[in-house]
Amino acid sequence: MLAAILSISALSALFGLLLGFAAIRFRVEGDPIADQIDAVLPQTQCGQCGYPGCRPYAEAIAAGEADINRCVPGGEQVIQSLADLLGVDPKPLDTSLGEPEPEPQVAVIHEQWCIGCTLCIQACPVDAIVGAAKQVHTVIEAECTGCKLCVPACPVDCIEMVPLRKDIEEWTWPYPTPTAYLPPPARADLLPDEETA
Amino acid sequence: MTGPIPGRQLWHFHGGLHLADHKAESTGRPVLDLPPPARLILPLRQHIGQIAEPLVRPGERVGKGQPLAAAEGYISAPVHAPTSGTVVAIENAPVPHPSGLDAPCIILAADGEDRWAEGLPDPVPDYRALDALTLRNRIREAGIVGLGGAAFPTAAKLNPPPRHRIDTLVVNGAECEPWITCDDMLMRHEAAAILSGVAIVQHMVRPRETLIGIEDNKPQAIDAMQHALNAAGLPDTHVVPVPTRYPTGGEKQLIQVLTGKEVPSAGLPAEIGILCQNVGTLHAVHRAIVEGVPLIERLVTVTGDGVAEPRNLRARIGTPFAELVAAAGGYTPDVTRLIMGGPMMGIAVHTDAVPVIKSTNCILAATPALTGEPGPAAACIRCGECARVCPVRLLPQQLYWYARARDFDRVQEYSLFDCIECGCCAYVCPSHIPLVQYYRFAKTEIWNQEREKARADQARRRHELRQARLEREQREKAERLARKKAAVQRRKAGGGESAQDAIAAALARVEAKKKARAAARDKDDGEGRD
Repeated sequence: MLAAILSISALSALFGLLLGFAAIRFRVEGDPIADQIDAVLPQTQCGQCGYPGCRPYAEAIAAGEADINRCVPGGEQVIQSLADLLGVDPKPLDTSLGEPEPEPQVAVIHEQWCIGCTLCIQACPVDAIVGAAKQVHTVIEAECTGCKLCVPACPVDCIEMVPLRKDIEEWTWPYPTPTAYLPPPARADLLPDEETA
Repeated sequence: MTGPIPGRQLWHFHGGLHLADHKAESTGRPVLDLPPPARLILPLRQHIGQIAEPLVRPGERVGKGQPLAAAEGYISAPVHAPTSGTVVAIENAPVPHPSGLDAPCIILAADGEDRWAEGLPDPVPDYRALDALTLRNRIREAGIVGLGGAAFPTAAKLNPPPRHRIDTLVVNGAECEPWITCDDMLMRHEAAAILSGVAIVQHMVRPRETLIGIEDNKPQAIDAMQHALNAAGLPDTHVVPVPTRYPTGGEKQLIQVLTGKEVPSAGLPAEIGILCQNVGTLHAVHRAIVEGVPLIERLVTVTGDGVAEPRNLRARIGTPFAELVAAAGGYTPDVTRLIMGGPMMGIAVHTDAVPVIKSTNCILAATPALTGEPGPAAACIRCGECARVCPVRLLPQQLYWYARARDFDRVQEYSLFDCIECGCCAYVCPSHIPLVQYYRFAKTEIWNQEREKARADQARRRHELRQARLEREQREKAERLARKKAAVQRRKAGGGESAQDAIAAALARVEAKKKARAAARDKDDGEGRD
């Protein structure tokens, strides 16, 4: 009886120490789940979800404080990825936050109206606007995420969102559907197969 | 001399199709030299890789052969003026591309003089005088890309990683796709020049053996090449007729037929010691080195039931398709579509205003008899015909299921990127499923997702850097404020005495400055008087 109690106590003490050691030795800095969620989010940093950027939203989802259907620019695709990642059912996008744009957008500053106030530069979450006080500003198209945060910031309404130019190199073949499908360019006639071996 | 050389073993690749070749339509008429058109459209990207950077401005007069745009980066190619004239514009114009979108082009108005530019590289009749690096640079500067259709910059292909020694040079004269005959005609008429190009590449990469593979439905080309080879006397070089079977002209398929070696999945022929070059490319290499002429023209087959007189034309790069069709007798009334390339792998172009580019081997004007009825696809019945004919031994059915379901991870597990888009699977599909279009959709969509991922990562990095900067600025501001506050507190704590001290010190400083200024003035005055 005593031997059993002693050995069980010894074992639990040993495992307790092991677990304690492992908790310190293999400690993970940061929040790996939030990292994975952040990797799925489109990084527009637009704040339409109600959080100040993609990372805070990812942390809120990881903490169970936010729903997965709040990312407007990500749309269905991001919701589906998040649902797969977290093992929950996908939900329709919360459209009270905004409607997704049908195609990627980019901000354009009409330079003839820009007064050089730098307000848009301060609003841009990815530093995609260059300029200085009383100097005309301009958007670096390649860095603009299309978040629209600069649009309300401009006091003279000189910023416009335009669809991103379609580059021929970024063109993708359309998904074949019965109505819109490109048949093979032409038919050639098949000859009897000589090869039998 | 149409059978295989006695004693030379040939191999087979898996699958493939035996198609009616329709070569006779366009080989019956002699090759016609097409004069330069009045207006040439020269896309800045006619090759795989980085877009070329324009060197000229609108309004500039240029001579024939003058570089108009320079290669940007290693995998890129320059663009040359195919004739003399004036640069009219550098703008977006229609190009032969399945999207039908415009792309940046240099528009050149010909002056009709066809005058050579000055300062072109000198012809080098004896290429042996130059080393491989010099030759490679000249090939690069001549704007040569693979003329078989892929348009990969040739200079880069001729520079395999040093760990791969080139054992065999494979010369691709197979031209397996129906209707296309430009390589056939080139071999018939320019065999000596092609072999000169072969000799130059042999001098550069020093292969142990060179095999010139030509499909046995081109007896005249085989004869011409064999005669030229006998005359040139290149050592360890053989003309090898190969059985006619689509797609023997695919690089990896021809290598397999000639050597029995298989290029590894996602690998390059250099990894198994093989370099493959198209006959047209080698002809262009000869022209660039021995004659000093950059790539400004090429043979183009204009054929199909949709043109009156199918034939081959020697056309300047940049000539609109419409001019070539006109030179081939114009359209027949029942023409329905225009295809660049052959019926199996070509792309439908949206207008005949698009120009001939370096990779334009064929313009196929198709009639309904050729294009067939584009009807709705039926369901896949899992018959497995597609897997039987796939020359790469993929599982087209599985690729189709996953591409259709947009499951891009699984479709890559089934080696989507080894697919050469030869179209054999779609050809034999009894349900008429546009299989290749599914694969092309999946490939371009995967590339698109990779680009978007890279963009998102970049945005995340920039946002994080910005956050860090804002935090640092705020911290610095707080520290500055704290320092000031501390200074004020110190002064207050020190009492009035220290404040009076400070005033006294300031007054002393002002006094000292005044004295120094007065001294300087006196000195100046003194100098002025002297």
